[in-house]
Amino acid sequence: MPTLQEIALKTDGVDARIVSGHRMCSGCGIGPLIKTVLAASDKPVIVISATGCLEVVTTIYPFTAWNTPWMHVTFENAASVASGVEAAYKALKRRGKIDGDVNILAVGGDGGTYDIGFQALSGALERRHKFMYLVYDNEGYMNTGNQRSGATPFGASTTTVPAGKVSFGKPQWRKNLVEIAAAHRIPYVGQAAVHNTLDLYKKAQKGFNADGPAVLAVLQPCTTNWSFDPALTMQYSKLAVETNFWPLYEIENGFVHISTKPSNRKPIEEFLKGQTRFRHLFKPGNEHVIVEMQKMIDDEWARLLKLEESGIQF
Amino acid sequence: MSERKAWQELELGVELPAATSLGYKTGGWRVLRPVWNASECTHCMICVSYCPDMAIPVTKSEEGVAGKGGRMFKGIVRLETNLDYCKGCGICAHECPTKCISIIREEEAEQAACKL
Repeated sequence: MPTLQEIALKTDGVDARIVSGHRMCSGCGIGPLIKTVLAASDKPVIVISATGCLEVVTTIYPFTAWNTPWMHVTFENAASVASGVEAAYKALKRRGKIDGDVNILAVGGDGGTYDIGFQALSGALERRHKFMYLVYDNEGYMNTGNQRSGATPFGASTTTVPAGKVSFGKPQWRKNLVEIAAAHRIPYVGQAAVHNTLDLYKKAQKGFNADGPAVLAVLQPCTTNWSFDPALTMQYSKLAVETNFWPLYEIENGFVHISTKPSNRKPIEEFLKGQTRFRHLFKPGNEHVIVEMQKMIDDEWARLLKLEESGIQF
Repeated sequence: MSERKAWQELELGVELPAATSLGYKTGGWRVLRPVWNASECTHCMICVSYCPDMAIPVTKSEEGVAGKGGRMFKGIVRLETNLDYCKGCGICAHECPTKCISIIREEEAEQAACKL
């Protein structure tokens, strides 16, 4: 396992796989996320990018921030195209037209993964193509101005489920993509957060080296639509983990392993505070939403602990 | 439209040379500027790994650079922030464990430069 210093050397400069000059919002977590994941590959990487923030900000014509083969596909088919790239690569290699190994990385936001690209992803996992699917989860369609997605948490106000007199925001719980992916019996599924660089690097490395498809879900606080000070991106990521809102764990060959167990679980209010999408929860009449949220988080955590303890294969 | 082409004859989509965005300087977005105090730095690389704009360059230093407490830090060390790309989000200053990065307003920095 390399140190932060060694990772820093790999992510820096004009030789890195992604370079400066991209147009992410100031303080966006996708930058540190993608550079760390790309650095974790010891082989050349082919990136297939679904429509989403990352694609939009890195490739505004005639500029590209990518220094590695990169392809943009539509919102729904990043996983299908990654399957095709992998199959073509295998075919070319078999005929002796190409040498060496590559890693294939499909990247999508939560909209392009939980919702729009979901069936393509499921198909690719079922066909067991060797690639890693990375989802940077900012809990909504943030690029188009905060619409609700399958990853938007309970109680969040978005432009399509706005909080008001009648509604307290999104009334449903988010999908658990990690467990859905694990249900395909794939060798590696991980959940990481952008503030924990070493953990993210380690999980990306495991995903790239897995013998088959791998899925990595990473929480990426959105400074623009969660509306907090850009300097606090890592702080919110940290709070999401410390409140068990976004536990760091992995499912390796079906066995659950929790990477970090917060010794002192913080109340969920600490994570909700300061985000515009949860502002209404602190108004009178909405107390029950936070109580319900806390109960759900604690129940989920207890379930996860049991899953790990039991040693039962997923 | 009527003429059918074999797949080998189809034209490629847009192809771009790599890493052209280096020519697009995002530093102009900046309202706040990070000021790095090298003498308090421990070269822990937290700011480098967190920088969304890859704007903190690093280098390998054999002889070492002086950092916190006058200690010499050898190996991989950070350099001055590249203001061509830094958008001034302030993550580096907020997360720095030794608080060796401070944030000032861009116009203050420019006024100070004028006085020099």
